[in-house]
Amino acid sequence: MIRLPLVLFFSAVLFSTGVYGVLARRNGVLVLMSIELMLNAVNVNLVAFSQYVRDIGGQVFALFVIAVAAAEVGIGLAIVILIFRNRESINVDEVSLLKW
Amino acid sequence: MIPAPHLDFLPLLPELIVAGVAVALLVGGALVGRPSQTVLLLLTLAGLIAAAAASAYLWNWDGPGRVLGEMIQADRLAVVSRMILLGVGAFGALYGHHYFARTGVARMEFYPLLLLAVSGMTLLVASADLIVVFLALEILSLALYILVALSFRMASAEASMKYFLLGAFSSAFFLYGLAMAYGAAGTTKIDGIALALSGRTGSQPLALAAVGLLLIGFGFKVSVVPFHMWTPDVYQGAPTSVTAFMAAGTKVAAFTALIRVLDVSFQPLTWDWRPAVWALAAASMVLGSLLAIAQTDLKRLLGYSSIAHAGFILTGLIATDGAGIAAVTFYLVAYSVTVLGAFGTVMLASGGIRERTSFDSFRGLAGRSPMLAGLLTLFLLSLAGIPPTVGFIAKAGVFGSAIRAGFWPLALIGVLASVVGAFFYLRVIVLMYMEEPQAELEPEGAALPGAALALAAGLTLVLGVFPQIILPVLEKAAILRW
Amino acid sequence: MLGDYLPVLILGGLAFAFVVASLFASSLLRPSRPSPAKLAPYECGNEPVRLPKGEKFSVKFYVVAMMFIIFDIETIFLFPWAVSFRKLGLFGLVEMAVFIALVFVAYVYIWMQGGLEWEQAPRPMERTAAEGEQEEELLRAG
Repeated sequence: MIRLPLVLFFSAVLFSTGVYGVLARRNGVLVLMSIELMLNAVNVNLVAFSQYVRDIGGQVFALFVIAVAAAEVGIGLAIVILIFRNRESINVDEVSLLKW
Repeated sequence: MIPAPHLDFLPLLPELIVAGVAVALLVGGALVGRPSQTVLLLLTLAGLIAAAAASAYLWNWDGPGRVLGEMIQADRLAVVSRMILLGVGAFGALYGHHYFARTGVARMEFYPLLLLAVSGMTLLVASADLIVVFLALEILSLALYILVALSFRMASAEASMKYFLLGAFSSAFFLYGLAMAYGAAGTTKIDGIALALSGRTGSQPLALAAVGLLLIGFGFKVSVVPFHMWTPDVYQGAPTSVTAFMAAGTKVAAFTALIRVLDVSFQPLTWDWRPAVWALAAASMVLGSLLAIAQTDLKRLLGYSSIAHAGFILTGLIATDGAGIAAVTFYLVAYSVTVLGAFGTVMLASGGIRERTSFDSFRGLAGRSPMLAGLLTLFLLSLAGIPPTVGFIAKAGVFGSAIRAGFWPLALIGVLASVVGAFFYLRVIVLMYMEEPQAELEPEGAALPGAALALAAGLTLVLGVFPQIILPVLEKAAILRW
Repeated sequence: MLGDYLPVLILGGLAFAFVVASLFASSLLRPSRPSPAKLAPYECGNEPVRLPKGEKFSVKFYVVAMMFIIFDIETIFLFPWAVSFRKLGLFGLVEMAVFIALVFVAYVYIWMQGGLEWEQAPRPMERTAAEGEQEEELLRAG
């Protein structure tokens, strides 16, 4: 039996890793992967809570999150391609026409 | 065998119409090859009008308050916000038609994407469950990410990338907060959370974490300080027609959803989230106004002004009563009308795909095009909140409700920020009237966007003088039933 | 009410102060004598070189990845439906038909736009790099 706080802690660590990745990574695709990590941390959370409160809703929600995450990756890759075709670089740093 | 649930699709009809037209246009456009832009525009407007008719019908809906497995809210706040959003969508379609036709890169994807964004926004204001809130936020954001990139300018692709990365980042925070709310309450229903939380006493760490994270998520979408970094960049980089649409649309949709989440779900925790909202509002008003002073590009200036306006709207949100909600809705109407007009004028005055929107291009605009200069002056005065424009009434409304709730220091900060704000709006006006033109830029007159601008200008003035035309409707809509 | 948060605020302040103080202290205490050997990324072996144009994969693979993700994920909704297919009955079948029809719409769109062609992947921005640079300069100047 895995206790709830343990899972919540795991998910928090996973989420924080994702946040760190977004802030520290400069490659657009890697930032995208870090965001995926954050979303999946939330999924862990949702499923754990779903088990804890005995409600199936959380698991259904996790499915939705997976689908939305996929759509986000699709659009993210499209934007990366768009930038790449024009600049031949996907480093977030090198994309700096506008002031940050 | 699970019996088929009873489904009441009627309260979802506006979204079904808008999304249906979007899908039809996408497939039809792909099959035809190069469809005529005017036909696409007309079909888009027809869809928006049909959806508006459907939502107007819902004003007298007497069925259950929530339908489709308690996922969709069928109240009057949803009706009113939908009407605003559909209007914003129509403006966006008209502007986009002109903008993309002029730049010669008209793509048929613009109209389906715009409609999908509108359907996400209208779904957001009608959601009765946090799952729907999240899905609607994503529908509108994903469509907007592409719309921002839909121009030939490199800055546009770059703005899209920034918007996407920060938007997805904020969605993750929003989602984390949602999972916390689910853990705290055992449900994701907006009213169910309130019922679960109201029975408890003592500290509720999960619920507090939920409010905080949800505020971060919403904060990014409506661009309040300190989650505002993307706003000026994206507003400047996006095609001006898209900027107009997203500036008005996302604010209306996200703030209406925020009203539902804060005033219903987390109503038992009002005393805990109020200080946070207070700080966000004050920071947005002050920083948005101060940073705007240093700008030299009109689109960036309007971006910072939108940050300040997000702060003003949050000020109204702090009073959780019906009058406060009515004041916020009125502010949303006022802001939509004004900002649509302002960006529309900028679009016509900045000429061509290069989008010359620096202050230099607007120097002496009054000499070259008195009409556009006059319109822009009116919209800037309304953004500054100077009577007799609608911006003044809206500001008075939100400050009034903050004072009634006992938050007069916040209202005072708001008034001071408005004074600072008036300075940089007036600077632009001085620029247009007092200085000699530098750029040889021919502002253009165009029939369709011109008519839209005239409508926006008319509303700005008429609602500024006779706000009672729509106030009773908004007050009737401001009753949250749960 | 707000007083409850005071410990959190103090803890946050302490954490921040600790970070600043320790970074500052170490910058004072540590010796700073850089030499070429110290600054090299590795002690031995070749200098790391960026691959041409920075990326290892052709952009075409990103296009394929994009399409794959979209059509791959729809199965996560098919699975739960398939498991309880008999229980859901006609209602479930109709719902799933609507869902599949919408995915099919996306498929038709991609097909018609030439997204499935390997040789000429669709160009989101049809213009040459030279034009892009020109544009960029204009933006920088203005």
